[in-house]
Amino acid sequence: MPYSLYRHVKHCHHDKTGRPHHHTRRGGVSVESNKSGTREIKVVRRVLDVNEKMAEANRHLFARHRVFVLNVMSSPGSGKTATLVKTLERLMPEVPSAVIVGDICTTNDADRLAVTGAPVVQINTDEFGGDCHLVANAIENAADTLDLDAIDLLIVENVGNLVCPAEFDIGEDARAVILSVTEGEDKPLKYPLMFRECDVALLNKIDLLPFLTYDKAAAIANIRQIHPDMPIFETSATAEQGLEEWVAWIKHQVKKKIG
Amino acid sequence: MHEMGIAMEIVRIAIESIPAEIDSCRVERVNLRIGKLSAVVPDSLKFCFEVAAKDTPVEGAALAIEEIPVLAMCKACGHEWTITGPVFTCSQCDSGKIEVISGRELDIKSIEINEED
Ligand SMILES: Nc1nc2c(ncn2[C@@H]2O[C@H](COP(=O)(O)OP(=O)(O)O)[C@@H](O)[C@H]2O)c(=O)[nH]1
Ligand SMILES: [Mg+2]
Ligand SMILES: [Zn+2]
Repeated sequence: MPYSLYRHVKHCHHDKTGRPHHHTRRGGVSVESNKSGTREIKVVRRVLDVNEKMAEANRHLFARHRVFVLNVMSSPGSGKTATLVKTLERLMPEVPSAVIVGDICTTNDADRLAVTGAPVVQINTDEFGGDCHLVANAIENAADTLDLDAIDLLIVENVGNLVCPAEFDIGEDARAVILSVTEGEDKPLKYPLMFRECDVALLNKIDLLPFLTYDKAAAIANIRQIHPDMPIFETSATAEQGLEEWVAWIKHQVKKKIG
Repeated sequence: MHEMGIAMEIVRIAIESIPAEIDSCRVERVNLRIGKLSAVVPDSLKFCFEVAAKDTPVEGAALAIEEIPVLAMCKACGHEWTITGPVFTCSQCDSGKIEVISGRELDIKSIEINEED
């Protein structure tokens, strides 16, 4: 979606209002005078166009090396690292994989993930004026340190946050969101962009359900309300439940891309 | 949260958009289009913009935000409507196969400058 929009606005430099005004073109921008002495200069650019171009370059890079890229997002503590450890244990060595992890200040996650034998690259996230999400440029730098020809799958554990990562394309093929049953059932409704933008959802920590007053049906209905045909897998990373279907989904996606 | 990164991009693009032949000017206003589905909080963006614009030709500029509604089209029945709540199924036929036509914008439309002669 963001790409088609981008292509659209890129070619829309013309004023369609039809208002009479002084209108000249200088250096590719159109300039318009108005009464108050200020001039309006048309820009018409995506604010994140630099990141989007970089993400597109990443997409070409990953296509060239035949790597499927999965961007995994959630709130802090929903179980991204735990799920990915158990996922990689099941995928490797059949699906050779690597992980890029965006952790704010520790290497804990990287250490936990490295146990699976998958190469792990850790990213510092405070390069883009904040540390709440990964950007395409950081992924490119991290990917540079990996042997992309040796892997079929690159998993990106994004920074724990349900808002910002949804806005930043990193050149991935698919996006997964993890929601745990210790969070509110209404989270999908509060973060609609994240649940719209993702291709698959995991409802994690289902081993805790017997101890909680959690309305699982409501949580699932809320996800469906935002993204009706998205696959939802109910999992427990620690009790190792429901992981097989999720792993099969990943294998299927990888196969679809790289054959 | 990510508003600072976005504000820095806005300042960068605004500076880039000042025509090359102008020696000195002040950017008075930056006109943005932000879709209601985008994860940007306007007040927070305005605050970050002020900070990011400091010591640049954009310092002190107003950030005008035009909010773009979330428009959807149903792929099953062709119905088009404006989504106002967190429900992304067709308001006519209940199909889940919908396309979001607008509401994800995060665009700079124009800048307004005042030349200092
Ligand atoms: N009971 C239970 N705990 C889990 C599960 N998945 C993760 N956890 C725990 O939740 C905490 C946060 O998990 P972590 O994987 O670090 O979350 P992340 O911040 O999303 O990477 C850790 O203490 C995990 O052991 C699960 O399925 N069930
Ligand atoms: Mg983690
Ligand atoms: Zn319909």
